[in-house]
Amino acid sequence: MRTYSVWVYMILMAVITYLIRALPLTLIRKEIKNPFLKSFIYYLPYVTLAAMTFPAILHATANTVSAACGFFAAVILAYFRKSLIIVAAGACITVFLVELLPIL
Amino acid sequence: MEKKSRKTNFIEGLHDGFPICLGYFAVSFAIGIQAAGIGMTSFQAAMLSLLNVTSAGQFAGIEVIAAGGSLLEMAGVQFIINLRYMLMSTALSQKVDPSLETRHRLGIAYGVTDEIFGISILREGILSPWFSYGAIFIAVAGWVAGTFFGALAGSVLPQRLIYALGIALYGMFIAIIVPPAREEKSILIGVLSAMAASTILSYAPAVRNLSSGTRVILVTLVISAVCAWIWPVQEEGGTKK
Repeated sequence: MRTYSVWVYMILMAVITYLIRALPLTLIRKEIKNPFLKSFIYYLPYVTLAAMTFPAILHATANTVSAACGFFAAVILAYFRKSLIIVAAGACITVFLVELLPIL
Repeated sequence: MEKKSRKTNFIEGLHDGFPICLGYFAVSFAIGIQAAGIGMTSFQAAMLSLLNVTSAGQFAGIEVIAAGGSLLEMAGVQFIINLRYMLMSTALSQKVDPSLETRHRLGIAYGVTDEIFGISILREGILSPWFSYGAIFIAVAGWVAGTFFGALAGSVLPQRLIYALGIALYGMFIAIIVPPAREEKSILIGVLSAMAASTILSYAPAVRNLSSGTRVILVTLVISAVCAWIWPVQEEGGTKK
């Protein structure tokens, strides 16, 4: 049984999520000078994307084997500096082909 | 550095955002199926995506709605899962022109997602809000359309295809992190440590029940701090190659 309308939940979700996104961007207006903070922000995007990618990627497809193959295909393509779309498409095609194999 | 026009920036945003649009379509399709599964209409599902633009947050939110959870629970779940956007928003505050007006700051804040953040933060020099608007426009279009069609016709598309598309977003993450990791040893070690730490937290007893959002925040805070402590960034003025 739902206590509230779906819309109440949805608007609450939207407000909280937007505040999280908007507060730092609007409140921090100066260049951060502190060397530690600057370095922290420099590493942050790579670290956070890496943490989100692995091991979650292993559960993104029908089975772990096809996901692992897609992961390696993406790493190899990215290593050779292929564009975002080529890397993403290469991973998808690899997963699709591996999942067609009869042994899986 | 020559200044690009608004139009050029917007078009470059559309261009760089296009693969995100495709990836989002695939992922939000699954969200649409999930939303329809708990009795939401296609319109509600599409609005959910338009208002939130956050995969993990929406997945978790739909679960709270289905369970009839309290508003406090909903607020707490959204806060924890989406807290990483606060880190990204902080990083973006250093990437835009310090004199950028509040309305543009409020505008680009709407589109702080993992993927849009990824392509924005790696732009050369100062980030123009018009680049962000281009990327946000096309990416959110894919996100909302995917949710709508997922809710409408989720069972029609072959499962095999949905699975293959599911890896698209991760492929994009990899395309963002591998080239700089190849150039700089400190980034490489940071990336590998983050993956290792995230794997340990996902499977180790006692901590494996942490939500994925909490896990990402913990790993990001600790590993970024350790990297910053061991290998402080030397450059003056803040522009990196």
